[in-house]
Amino acid sequence: MSNVLANLKYAASHEWMLLNADGSVTVGITDHAQEALGDLVFVELPEVGAHFEAEKEIAVVESVKAAADVYAPISGTVTEVNQAAADAPESVNQDAYSAWLFKMTPDNVADLDKMLDATAYQAVADAA
Amino acid sequence: MLKKTVLNAAHRAMNARMVDFGGWDMPVNYGSQIEEHNAVRNNCGMFDVSHMCPVDVVGADCRAFLSRLVANDVAKLKVSGKALYAAMLNDAGSVIDDLIIYFLTDTRFRIVVNAGTAEKDLAWMQAKVAEWKLDVTITQRRDGTSNLGIIAVQGPNARVKVWEVLPQAKAATEGLKAFFAAEVDQYFIASTGYTGEDGYEIMLPAGEAEALWNKLNAAGVAPCGLGARDTLRLEAGMNLYGQDMDETVSPLDAGLAWTVSLNTERDFVGKAALLANGQQKQFLGLILLDKGVLRGHQKVMTAHGDGEITSGSFSPTLQQSIALARLPLGVQIGDEVDVDIRGKTLKAKVTKPVFARNGKAVQ
Repeated sequence: MSNVLANLKYAASHEWMLLNADGSVTVGITDHAQEALGDLVFVELPEVGAHFEAEKEIAVVESVKAAADVYAPISGTVTEVNQAAADAPESVNQDAYSAWLFKMTPDNVADLDKMLDATAYQAVADAA
Repeated sequence: MLKKTVLNAAHRAMNARMVDFGGWDMPVNYGSQIEEHNAVRNNCGMFDVSHMCPVDVVGADCRAFLSRLVANDVAKLKVSGKALYAAMLNDAGSVIDDLIIYFLTDTRFRIVVNAGTAEKDLAWMQAKVAEWKLDVTITQRRDGTSNLGIIAVQGPNARVKVWEVLPQAKAATEGLKAFFAAEVDQYFIASTGYTGEDGYEIMLPAGEAEALWNKLNAAGVAPCGLGARDTLRLEAGMNLYGQDMDETVSPLDAGLAWTVSLNTERDFVGKAALLANGQQKQFLGLILLDKGVLRGHQKVMTAHGDGEITSGSFSPTLQQSIALARLPLGVQIGDEVDVDIRGKTLKAKVTKPVFARNGKAVQ
């Protein structure tokens, strides 16, 4: 059974988001997503400074089994990437909520309110 | 409604992650695919392959039938128990399926065919028996009352583990060289596999499969899913039907020339087309030099034209991405080529189509 944290926001496409004190948003893939993909062997991160519209492909995670796109959950500009996750893709399997992928400055922080809360995402994951 | 093997409940009891594999509800892993892969390379693992279909071929004309049916030559099967890997071709010389033929007696052979192709294979075989008017009876052993389960036990310690659980099988199987089978009571035990490791594939009455599975597990044999089976066979350079070849591909273009016996008077289905068309492509390996993962259908750009990856993944043994690819004639082993991975051009090295066997890298 996969883990869903109460303090995060979620996209139905299996990304999690954490709003930081400085207004930036940290993004990763959910525990459900890493479990479904299996052992990750490759993570491709976006360029810092690049702008992405919501629901556009922003990163790629590949397991031994398959490649999966990661989507920008909200529109914004990438401010930082987690190179440690790219260097050790298995860290995402070990703890998907510690091994974040990138941080972005949202175009509109209110977009976060439209995302799923833990209960709603749990329902999505259970149905998948 | 997905089909289930006789081990379905056992997989679920072991917390397998189940997937739809060509209409079968099968385990893809029981946790970590890479750990399962490494268990087979370094110790011992087991796979439920009961979705594959054993086919018994019985009758006075068995040899005549098989001699015309497949591109490899069953005349090579001289000793009882010997197995032969072969491709069954259509009239266009393309691959209907790849299969293993076990020679038991001159009037009794057993074939094992792929899961997804079993129905069309059986229909093709039945049609050929009728067309050639031969004394041969074809009986599938996957479904119905006399069905068989198949458990593949693979890895350097596979034989010892099997003897621990089936001590009565030791005498008949310890002398088995690679690609042979022995029948011991209700067990059909073959020294064949799809991993590049030593081991056995055990066919047995379906009702006994779960007990054997659980005994092997208790003896320390790791349950392994179809995910690890795929990366193991890819490292070993073994073709997967439906990916590396299909009904549009000649065995000569799929790295299976070694299984095609053209140099005798024997005629077989597809022979004329093979002789007319010859080899058009070559089947080689790739190792990715950049970071990323090679996958099936990615385009390969070479100095001699474009080719295509047929199977690709990450190799746990090499810790690099590897692939099997169909490339233009003229490409040499050692060449550097470009691969288009989602719009990015990455470098790969051309290799022999085998990467790891018997516990270690061969590249």
